[in-house]
Amino acid sequence: MTLPAPQPFRTGDAPLPEIIILTHKLTREYDMGGEVVRALQGVSLQIKHNEYVAVMGPSGSGKSTLMNLIGCLDTPTSGEYWLNSQQVSELDDDALARIRNKEIGFVFQTFNLLPRATALHNVELPLIYAGLGARERRDRAAQALERVGLGDRMAHRPNELSGGQRQRVAIARALVNRPSILLADEPTGNLDSTTSGEIMGVFRTLHGEGQTIVMVTHEHDIAAHAARVVTLRDGVIATDQRRAA
Amino acid sequence: MPVLEAFRLALLTIRAQKLKSGFSLIGVFIGVASLIGAWSIVNGVNRYMTVKFAQTLYGVNTFQLRRRPMFAANVPDSVWRAWRRRPRIKFGDAEAVTAAISGPVVTAWASDENVSVFYGNKEARDIQLTAASERYFDIKNLRIAAGRAFTAQENRSGVPVAVLGEAVAKRLFSDRNPLNHSVRIGGIGYRVIGVVEHQGSLLDFPLDRFVVVPAQSPAQSLVNPPGVLDALLVKAPSEEAMRDAIQEAEGVMRGRRHLRPTQDNNFVLETSEGVQRFWAGINRILMVVLPGVVIVSLVIGGVVIMNIMLMSVTERTREIGLRKSLGARRRDVLRQFLAESAAIASVGAGFGILAGVGLTVLINAVSPLPAKLSPASVVLGVLMGTGVGVVAGVYPASRAARLDPIAALRQE
Repeated sequence: MTLPAPQPFRTGDAPLPEIIILTHKLTREYDMGGEVVRALQGVSLQIKHNEYVAVMGPSGSGKSTLMNLIGCLDTPTSGEYWLNSQQVSELDDDALARIRNKEIGFVFQTFNLLPRATALHNVELPLIYAGLGARERRDRAAQALERVGLGDRMAHRPNELSGGQRQRVAIARALVNRPSILLADEPTGNLDSTTSGEIMGVFRTLHGEGQTIVMVTHEHDIAAHAARVVTLRDGVIATDQRRAA
Repeated sequence: MPVLEAFRLALLTIRAQKLKSGFSLIGVFIGVASLIGAWSIVNGVNRYMTVKFAQTLYGVNTFQLRRRPMFAANVPDSVWRAWRRRPRIKFGDAEAVTAAISGPVVTAWASDENVSVFYGNKEARDIQLTAASERYFDIKNLRIAAGRAFTAQENRSGVPVAVLGEAVAKRLFSDRNPLNHSVRIGGIGYRVIGVVEHQGSLLDFPLDRFVVVPAQSPAQSLVNPPGVLDALLVKAPSEEAMRDAIQEAEGVMRGRRHLRPTQDNNFVLETSEGVQRFWAGINRILMVVLPGVVIVSLVIGGVVIMNIMLMSVTERTREIGLRKSLGARRRDVLRQFLAESAAIASVGAGFGILAGVGLTVLINAVSPLPAKLSPASVVLGVLMGTGVGVVAGVYPASRAARLDPIAALRQE
């Protein structure tokens, strides 16, 4: 089923409060040694609070670029990006770091945990940059680990954990600052199908608790867990489909 | 990220990579250890020379009127012979000089001879007998441990009393109280009225083998011909006052000796400067060589740290990318790596201080060189060590801070 027509958005307008992510004619060009690569060519997308969106597309379709822009790791060449009613497309480096810290929880394909740190310390990391005191950090990190079912693994280092457990530590880390969006980049790419199902179960629970989730994947059965699938092709949105709940 | 947090993290990283950190702090370690060790030697010898050597043999701001210098090295025979032909210093000279000095000075006469001192059938050989006036004790800073020194009255009337050096008292009286017993010097009995505090030794020369008697006592005939003394000691309250007094003394002496302006002095007004000048020369050389050694090792230490930090930044590119994606600002990353290199250097400096202190203790224990730890060198060691760490860390840390998080995260 196709979406109802998106709300018209004009440059300079502020989006409605329930719109968490709004991109408007977002483009991103890379200068690769004189040759301009146009990775995104005008992507307009609106994601509401508590949506569960999968972004799909073949490699080179621009989904990683879109992911980086949504995650505030990169800034667009042109267009607007509003995150949680704040225009972030023109913020400076430090402000973007702050947005990443407060508004976005990243989950990576390769987990990206610090190998020498315990699960608890890994989850504490975003809170360190948020400037929280040691005691509150520990409490909140412990809560987040319990939320993903790892309350008994806090003192373990990543190499003492299974792949699924590592990804759950990463999810706890992503959630610990109560971000507006959980941004997952191929979260099951390094996991077997059983563990993938386990992680999708965690996502489903989080979605059920009101978490907004944006997930990049190239696997259809993983994308099938999402309520909405956006497909990119050649830097533009090819399809945008919502599944009946 | 607060500074404290950055340092905690840095120490964790150092602990996790003991071997690598160990190598990287060796340069700073050696630099600081050598700084403190060498400084301790210079400081120790310096103190020794100025406090003990100069003050014991001369006294502070003190000069001596003598026929010829007491300390002179490499003197040609001809000069030596000329010195021996000079007229002796007479009682009259000493009195005239004392009277001529306008400033508030303390003066004493002193003449020395090597003698044997007897008590009963016991003999103390090779003792320095000093026939001196009463202020000699003040000028030489000799404190009386038991009994008293002799008075001006006793000096003037030449009462045969004696003040013993500690070693002499021990030799003749063992553990008994020597006061009011009579010792014999040159066949004449002297009543012991005091014993001087333990003086120790200067390098290897014992300082307690002496007897002081009044200048005009019968001992005068043992030390000098009638009316002659070896030295007039003059102690001034300040260096400037000493200079003035020397000028006045020189004028009086030249007048008494009827020297024409073209003629050289046929006496000396000697200060402890000669000794100190000799030491200052050595000191100057050390002060050029020492900082050179320290700077070289600190620079090497800095280069090593910079290298290791650059390696570390490359190795941890992914970690940096991750930290940035989790909200670390440039300055957070910068601070993390700066703290790490400063911490490495500080740990190195810390070990260097321990080694330097150990070196100082060791030098004192096994070598004749006197070493004394200088607090300034410890402070400087910490500052320089940590400074090297920060300076060496700036470039690697700024490279880490500038990393693009996307590229950093993509790195395998």
